[in-house]
Amino acid sequence: MTAPVNLNHFRQPELIGKILQDLHDFQRPVSFMEVCGSHTMAIGHWGLRKLLPRNIRLISGPGCPVCVTPASVIDELSRLKGITIATFGDLIRVPGSRQTLEQARARGADVHTVYSPLEALELSKQGETIFVGIGFETTIPGIAHTVLEAARLNLADFSVLVLCKLIPPALKALLSDPEVKIDGLILPGHVSVVTGTQAYEFIPDKFGIGGVVTGFEPLDIVLGIKKLTNQLGAPQISNEYSRMVSREGNQVAQAMMAEVFSTGAALWRGLGEIPDSGLQLRSKYSSFDALAKYGLNITADQENTACQCGSVLKGKIQPSECPLYANTCTPANPVGPCMVSSEGSCAAFYKYER
Amino acid sequence: MCLAIPGRLLNKVDDSRGTVDLGGITKEISLVFLPDAKVGDWLIIHTGFALQTISEQDALDTISLLQEAYSTAKD
Amino acid sequence: MKDDIIILGHGSGAGLTRRLIREVFASRFEMPTLDDAACVDHRIAVTTDSYVVDPLFFPGGDIGRLSVTGTINDLCVCGSEPAYLVAGFIIEEGFSIARLRQIVDSMQETAMEAGVKIIAGDTKVVERGKCDGVFITTTGIGFRPAGVELSTRNIEAGDRIVVNGSLGDHTVAIINARQNLGLLPAPQSDCAPLHEIVRILLNTTKLRFARDATRGGVATILNEIYEDTGLGLILDESALPVKQSTSVVCELLGLDPLYLANEGKMVAIVSAATDEMLSQLQAHRYGWDSAVIGEVTTEVKGVYLRTSLGSLRPLLMLDSDPLPRIC
Repeated sequence: MTAPVNLNHFRQPELIGKILQDLHDFQRPVSFMEVCGSHTMAIGHWGLRKLLPRNIRLISGPGCPVCVTPASVIDELSRLKGITIATFGDLIRVPGSRQTLEQARARGADVHTVYSPLEALELSKQGETIFVGIGFETTIPGIAHTVLEAARLNLADFSVLVLCKLIPPALKALLSDPEVKIDGLILPGHVSVVTGTQAYEFIPDKFGIGGVVTGFEPLDIVLGIKKLTNQLGAPQISNEYSRMVSREGNQVAQAMMAEVFSTGAALWRGLGEIPDSGLQLRSKYSSFDALAKYGLNITADQENTACQCGSVLKGKIQPSECPLYANTCTPANPVGPCMVSSEGSCAAFYKYER
Repeated sequence: MCLAIPGRLLNKVDDSRGTVDLGGITKEISLVFLPDAKVGDWLIIHTGFALQTISEQDALDTISLLQEAYSTAKD
Repeated sequence: MKDDIIILGHGSGAGLTRRLIREVFASRFEMPTLDDAACVDHRIAVTTDSYVVDPLFFPGGDIGRLSVTGTINDLCVCGSEPAYLVAGFIIEEGFSIARLRQIVDSMQETAMEAGVKIIAGDTKVVERGKCDGVFITTTGIGFRPAGVELSTRNIEAGDRIVVNGSLGDHTVAIINARQNLGLLPAPQSDCAPLHEIVRILLNTTKLRFARDATRGGVATILNEIYEDTGLGLILDESALPVKQSTSVVCELLGLDPLYLANEGKMVAIVSAATDEMLSQLQAHRYGWDSAVIGEVTTEVKGVYLRTSLGSLRPLLMLDSDPLPRIC
C-alpha cells in the first residue's frame, strides 16, 4: 500500500523529529490532557513522553471504557447460569470482587470474546446471549445497529448490557472541577469521527481552554501537541485529524444512536455520577435490555480508601504519586480502575514510563 | 479507546456490506454508516464497522504542508 | 478397520485398543509394535510437552504437526540432535478415526522431516465432553554432541540477538481461525522443526543460547535472559521481521507481535552475526527472513525496544497471554 493514508506516512521519523525540535523551543510549563485510552497507548508505544521537552506534561484522562465501568458488572455477569456472555477482549481479565470473566469461564461459564457486536447476534441464535456493551461514541453506533438488527430478525434470545458512555459530558464534568488544572485537551480522534468537532465547541467558551482533535499515529500526536502550544493565547477547537474528522461527524451513525438510545446519568468508576453521560435503550427496544431481563444490579464499587484513581483520572496527580502504585497496586493485582485495563492511566504508566 | 484501522473498499457485497483490503489481507465489514461509500474509497474501520471515508487528498496535503514548513524553517 | 469413530472400548486396553494401536498408530509410525516404553543410549536430552490447541486443524498445520515440532524444537534449542519421540493420546469418545489418521499422518511426516522416529505411545479414551477432541503429549529424546553447552551463562555484552524469521504468525493464524475473523487469505501458522536452523547456527558462529519463541513470544524469552544474566537487551524496531498480514491483524486487535506465540521461530544469542550465518539461514526455507534484531548490552537494565523515532520503550514480562482489545 503506497497510498498517503498508509500509516507509515504518519510515522516518518525525520518529519516527527523536526516537529519535536520545534517543540523543544517552547519553554512554558503546560499540562495537556490526552483524553482517550488509545492515545495513552500510542504515546507509550512510541515513547513520546521521553521525546517531548520536560515542560510539556501529558496527563491521561478518563477515556478508558473498561476503567470507568464498575467492577460489580463482572460480579453480576458471573452469577448468571446457562447464559452466553459475549464481550470484547478488553473486559476478560477485569477483576470482579471474586473473579474475572476469564476465571468464570474456567469454572464453566460460557464467555465468548468477540471482535464485533454482530457476532453476539449469531451466538444468540443458539441460546440466550448477553452482549456486554462497553464503549464510547466510536463503538456505540455499531452497538445501536446490532440492536436494530436484533429487532429486525426478532432475536428474542439477544440482549445488551448497556454500559456505553459519552465523552463530551465527561469532559464538561472534569473541566468544571476547580481542582483540575489543564492547559489544553488532546481530543479523541475516532470518537470525533462519529461526533464531529462540533461536540467540543462548548469547551473554549465555557472553560477558556482549547482542544485539538488528534489522530493516533506519532506524527498526528506531535502535531496535535504543537497546535495546542500555538493556540494557548486563543483557545479554540482545531482539527488535526481532518483526513477523517469533520465538523458534523457521521450523521448516519448519530441518527442510529439517537433511534436506539436515550441519554441519562451514568456512573463513572473513579469519577462518580455524571449527568447525561450514559445511554439506555429506548422503550421501543427495551426487550433487549439485559439489565431488566435478568434483574442485574450494577452498583458503585467499594473502593479501597487509599486508592487515588479519582485524582489520577482527573489529572490531579501522576500515577507514580499514588501511594499504592507499583507496590500493592500493579497490573497483575490491580486495586483501582486505572490499573485494571492495559490502557488505563496507571497500567500504561507502569508499562511504559520507567 | 478506539482501535481503528484503514482499509480500501474492494467491492460491495450489497448496500450494507463490503470487502476491504487491510494491506494484503481482506475482510468483510459493515457499510451501514457509509451508504455512499464507493469501491476504491479508503475507510476507517472499528469493530467491523466502517465509520468514515479517509480523504487521501487531505492526508497528502497534511504531509506536504508539513514538509514544506519544515524545510523552509530555520535549521 | 470398519470403525470410524473412537468409542470408550478403544481405551480398554483389550482387543479394540490393540487393534487401534496396530492399525492406526504402529503401522503409520512404521514400528512393528508400539509399546509403552523403549530403551536408549546415554548423554540424552529429554523433554516433554502437551498439546491442546483449538482448533485442531488450522492453516499451516494441525495438532499433530504441532505436537512433533514443539517437542523437537525444545530438544534442538538445547543443542541436541532430536532422535526419538513417544506420544500419548487422550481421545474423546465420538472422535472421527479419519481425522485421527490425519493427525497421525501429520505427526509422521513432520517426524520424518526431522529424522525423528516415533517409537512408543499410549492411548486413553475419555467420555464425550471430557476433552476437546484429542490431547497429545509428546516426550522427546535427543543426543547432545560433546562440547555443545548452550546456556544463558554463556551470554556476554556485545552478543547479537537473532530470530529465524517473521514474528507472531502462529498466534494470528489461530486467532483468525478461532474467532472467525474471516481474514483472507487465511494467515498461516509458521509451525516448523528447527533442527537444521540450529545446526547452521552451531556451524557458522558461536551460539551462546537458544530458545524457541512459543507462548509469550520473543519478549518473554528476552526477559528470561535478563532475569538470568542481569544483562540488558535492546531490540531495533526497524529490524524486526513482521509479515504485513500479521502486522495488520495486530493493529486490528491491539496486539504486539513481540509477545505472540510462534511455532517455528527461535531466539538465538550469538557472539557475532557472521555473513556466513545470515546467508545460510536465509537460504533455508525456515529461515529465509532471518534477522539480527538487537544486541546484548550493559547500557540498560532490562529489555527495551528502540522505536523508529529513536525513543526506548521498555518491554516488560507479561503475566499472561495478550488479549485482543477494541480500545
